[in-house]
Amino acid sequence: MIEKQVTVKNRAGIHARPAALIVKTANSFTSNLYIERDTMRINGKSIMGIITLGASYKTELKIIAEGADEELAAEAIEQLFLNRFEE
Amino acid sequence: MKEFTVLDLLDLDLKEKNTLELKCIGGRPGLSRVITTSKINRPGLTLSGFIQEFAYDSIQVFGKGEQAYLKTLEAKKSFNTIEKMFSFAIPTCVFCEGGAPGEEFIAIAEKSGCPILTTGLQSGDFSLRIYQVLSDIFAPQTTIHGVLVEVFGVGVLITGDSGVGKSETALELIERGHRLISDDTVKLRSVTGNILIGEGENEFLAHHMEIRGLGIINITHLFGVSAIRDKKQVQLFVQLEEWDSNKNYDRVGEDLTTNILDVTIPKLEIPVKPGRNVPIIIETAAMNERLKKLGYYSAKEFNQNVLKWLESESARNLYYNNEDTF
Repeated sequence: MIEKQVTVKNRAGIHARPAALIVKTANSFTSNLYIERDTMRINGKSIMGIITLGASYKTELKIIAEGADEELAAEAIEQLFLNRFEE
Repeated sequence: MKEFTVLDLLDLDLKEKNTLELKCIGGRPGLSRVITTSKINRPGLTLSGFIQEFAYDSIQVFGKGEQAYLKTLEAKKSFNTIEKMFSFAIPTCVFCEGGAPGEEFIAIAEKSGCPILTTGLQSGDFSLRIYQVLSDIFAPQTTIHGVLVEVFGVGVLITGDSGVGKSETALELIERGHRLISDDTVKLRSVTGNILIGEGENEFLAHHMEIRGLGIINITHLFGVSAIRDKKQVQLFVQLEEWDSNKNYDRVGEDLTTNILDVTIPKLEIPVKPGRNVPIIIETAAMNERLKKLGYYSAKEFNQNVLKWLESESARNLYYNNEDTF
């Protein structure tokens, strides 16, 4: 299991498009992926789940990857946050 | 497209508001003349002797004015301008309001091989109708492999590779009370450049379907006349494809479109795999399309709400952490 701390860097927060981007990336790995905000933990492969986090600008999130390619998966998702979801 | 002759125009099976009430009253051998344009011309100027820019390749429509002028010419026995007019290869002359020209006029027309038609309609009405009828006939068209069904009033064109289940999907939709326009081959016409009308390639084959394991079935006989329709505007393009786990399908409502005959139509790519009920997905897509037309765009509205929510969250956070911002 691998955990990474990330911050939402794009102004609009995680709305539908970034959520779809996360799911698309997550689905390219076999590992299970979870995203945590405070006490809420959702499946990183569910669009509705990610939107439900209500992650606005500067929100701190924790990415948790679990599985054979967990390192790569966590890194790829972290990269999305660092790139501000191409916004 | 094969040539469209005056005889074809007389043979058109038009109903109610489209009827042209045409009859041939002279120059029958000329009925094989080809009509090449949907435009019409009022030959008033030509009759008065002015032949520059004469649109001789259009159908010549004689309204009350032209006919009255013709009468004065006939009374004066002055046929020069008429002969000059018929020196051009005119497809046909149409006399409105049941009018007819004099014998001399018909003789000149017959000599040049031009058929004379008459209609009971007023010239304004006739022009409007013939223009509609002819622009339909001369509209750019193409044939596509797919099934056209009307779902909740939305014309849905279902396409996809052979064997992906187009006909089966359409059959289930018909069973659920929707209508079949055409199976397998759909003829599409672009009317006025921004509307795509689809219909069966052939009226005798259109309402039949080929279902693997059943053979050919007749939808009209099996499901009744309420299950069929002759033509329908294509408003949604659905592409069925085998589920490809490496492909990313639309998850949040992207706006895919496709272009047929320069008309842009919303497009959906629907992956097919056992357990996915494609007809219900198509029904929902059709309803969603109607919602969009009414101004309710589910995907966009959802995202706007999310954005609004995120914004208020972020404003609250700013308020809580005011030490470092103010």
